[in-house]
Amino acid sequence: METASEKSESLALKPDRPVGIIGYGAYVPRYRLPATQVARLWSGEGEGDLPVKEKSVAGLDEDVATMSIEAARNALSRAGISPSALRAVWVGSESHPYAVKPTSTIVAEAIGATPYIQAGDWEFACKAGTEALVAAIGLVGSGMGRYALAIGMDIAQGQPGDALEYTAASGGAAYVIGPADESLAVIEATFSYVTDTPDFWRRAHQVYPSHGQRFTGEPAYFKHISNAAQTLMESLGTKPADYRYAVFHQPNTRFPQMVGKRLGFSDEQIKPGLLSPVIGNTYAGAALIGLSAVLDVASPGDCILVTSYGSGAGSDAMHICVTSAIEERRSRAPLTRDYIARRSEIDYATYARYRGKIRMK
Amino acid sequence: MEVPRYWRLQKQRYALVGEICPHCQVKIFPPRDVCPECGGEAKQPFSFSGKGTVFSFTTMYDAPKGFEMNTPYTVALVKLEEGPVVTAQLTDLGEQPVEIGMPVEMVTRRIREDEEDKGIIVYGYKFRPVMAGTH
Amino acid sequence: MCDVVIAGIGQVPVGEHWGVPLRTLAARAMLAAQRDAGGLKPQALYVGNLLSPVVSHQSNLGTLLADNAGMSGIEAFTVEAAEASGAGALRAGYLAVLSGYVDVAMVVGVEKFTDAVGPVIEGAMSETMDYDFEATNGLTPTAAAAMVMRLYMQTYDLPSDGLAGFPVLAHENALNNPNAYFRRALTREGYARAAMLSTPLNLYDKAPYADGAAAVILTRPDRLKKALEHPLVQVRGSGAAIDTLALHDRHDPLAFHAAVVAIQNACRHAGILPADVQVFELSDNFSVYAALCLEAGGFAQRGAGWKLANGDELSLKGRLPVCTMGGMKARGNPAGASGVYQVVEACLQLRGEAGANQVRDARRALTLCLGGPASTAVCHVLQTWQ
Repeated sequence: METASEKSESLALKPDRPVGIIGYGAYVPRYRLPATQVARLWSGEGEGDLPVKEKSVAGLDEDVATMSIEAARNALSRAGISPSALRAVWVGSESHPYAVKPTSTIVAEAIGATPYIQAGDWEFACKAGTEALVAAIGLVGSGMGRYALAIGMDIAQGQPGDALEYTAASGGAAYVIGPADESLAVIEATFSYVTDTPDFWRRAHQVYPSHGQRFTGEPAYFKHISNAAQTLMESLGTKPADYRYAVFHQPNTRFPQMVGKRLGFSDEQIKPGLLSPVIGNTYAGAALIGLSAVLDVASPGDCILVTSYGSGAGSDAMHICVTSAIEERRSRAPLTRDYIARRSEIDYATYARYRGKIRMK
Repeated sequence: MEVPRYWRLQKQRYALVGEICPHCQVKIFPPRDVCPECGGEAKQPFSFSGKGTVFSFTTMYDAPKGFEMNTPYTVALVKLEEGPVVTAQLTDLGEQPVEIGMPVEMVTRRIREDEEDKGIIVYGYKFRPVMAGTH
Repeated sequence: MCDVVIAGIGQVPVGEHWGVPLRTLAARAMLAAQRDAGGLKPQALYVGNLLSPVVSHQSNLGTLLADNAGMSGIEAFTVEAAEASGAGALRAGYLAVLSGYVDVAMVVGVEKFTDAVGPVIEGAMSETMDYDFEATNGLTPTAAAAMVMRLYMQTYDLPSDGLAGFPVLAHENALNNPNAYFRRALTREGYARAAMLSTPLNLYDKAPYADGAAAVILTRPDRLKKALEHPLVQVRGSGAAIDTLALHDRHDPLAFHAAVVAIQNACRHAGILPADVQVFELSDNFSVYAALCLEAGGFAQRGAGWKLANGDELSLKGRLPVCTMGGMKARGNPAGASGVYQVVEACLQLRGEAGANQVRDARRALTLCLGGPASTAVCHVLQTWQ
């Protein structure tokens, strides 16, 4: 009879050949909407318990395609490979600029990766980015292709006045996946935990998503992240102390801290990858840009646990170990914090204009 | 913008792909059929670095059709480090005043949108102030 | 080579002719020119027009305008060269008569802006630029002029109102022109207060787009069966040249090389020097272009053209009167018709019919019309025929 630990062992996803991150690149747009601006409009001047300090807002001329292009260029700069060596360009998002027409072809064309590639857009709420990343691990790990590009990027939309309006933000990160021996960080294993849990959704033709309020917490976010992270650690025989850093999907400031604590992680392990207080929730980009911020500061030998969460619902957990290649490649592109530091504060009116909330027709 | 017209210049617009003259090695953007320096024909594609400086600029308050939603916006002549000058919008200026000689770098952005939300989105090069931390 | 003379001129007041269609606007100028030429019937019509295919959705203006004006059966077509279209049409008419193939040619410049309003107009004007690499990036002719103006002001260290002299002079000269769009004075203070259109270019640095039509009849003097009631004006020289279409392709955007070449060619053709004229109708569609036209003609050193407008030299009593009937700035700028208005106004000066704005002893005039930032330049030398 199969024991519990044997079952866990068989659950971890491991590629046939070792793979890792060859290059990574973040993108955060320039504009910031302080949470107090949202509060002033919808709930009075009180600055009580706001979910984040401020959120990043994309400019008038930005969308998931343009932001993905910049993140991808940064990732390619770090990878040091020719874009034509990529065999897949995959973009995970819940705010693709077209309902029908791939974002990934625009990105692939702009970075010079066409035409000998797989290309496709991924959709799984906030875990579309890590879903694309796991697929890239599979493509490279099976030997089908040497390099693949996976991106998680969003321009998240929160309904005016809704709790999500404080946090729904813009940004994300891109990853070039390739053979482990060329990696700046090796991805040892992944594990995904998925159920049909309707905590957050958007029907076709609707501009703004709907959500289950407090239902998004315990049966959704906490259950899936905990199960994914826990099972991956069990299957690998690791414990929280084995990780220098842990990154969890970050819809606000509190949830990732709470889930981290429950799993046995300290604030020190979580803080370097916790960007939601200063950029908000970048949805499909959130876990991946948390990881890019960690890679910006990690040292060779450090292990990182990354666990995304996508409503609907599921979590992808990943065990990543940093190699010595990190030191040199890190400096080949702007750091995540460079983008965060590049900051112009805007008021609610400017935000409403930039994000198309003023009715023009 | 008409789809075929947009599509055939994608490489040039998305990534500043110009040409290098095989006869006199001058770098050319936008592409031309005859080299403006030596009069030779037949060019090879050349990807520009996207680094340059502002040669002149203007902030426009009166937009043509397709750009009405973007006013005011700033257009510049940008001198690329490889030589040619291009016309492009500046973006992400924030509070930074623009000056002649200011270093800028290429980014790919939404350029224009026609037919309200129904038509294709035109993407292309714009320039922004060089970001801190860019190497 | 034979002499080519202007036997008749006609123009309509520049302005917003909401109730008048393009064909009627043109017909009024055409028929006025024909009457002025003693009823002379043209064998050919050359139309200068820029916007009609875009703004009025009307092509083949040659046939439309000739047909509408009762000139069935003649030769007719359009010349398009951005805002230099009218001047280009004049050159086509001049060459046709000069060649001997056409005895009597009519040239009409017509522009109908008021078939559309707002961003459509700026968009249509932008199509005179490199559509793929200028207009698609949001550039308009106004924005291109603004970038030239910024370079000019920075390179030559101009004060912020350094170019004010051009619009102030144009408005002053338009006061006595019944065909002018703006017949009111402009002060330097008014200029300084004006709203920005495209920094550093303000409302008064740009000539206002407006409807208009102007026409001339060209012929050989021996074709005139009877003497006319007015003097004849001879087209003594003609020159045209291009530069790069896009401003970004210029080695020196402040050189206006096409204007230099067009003026040189026209003057060489006429056997004169630019300094031998008493009137200069130049392109002041943007105030900085007026300064650059003066420099292109050698009337000022590079970077010094703007200074001429700050003294009396360019006024009606000055050394080189310009924009004598208000120029494009105050008479109004009917784009593709402007080049013909310039010639009609120069004829008024050379015929002694400029009324209160008459330049004393005007015998020879230079007209210079630009398309874009001198992407195209067309120049003519006119003089009283004897």
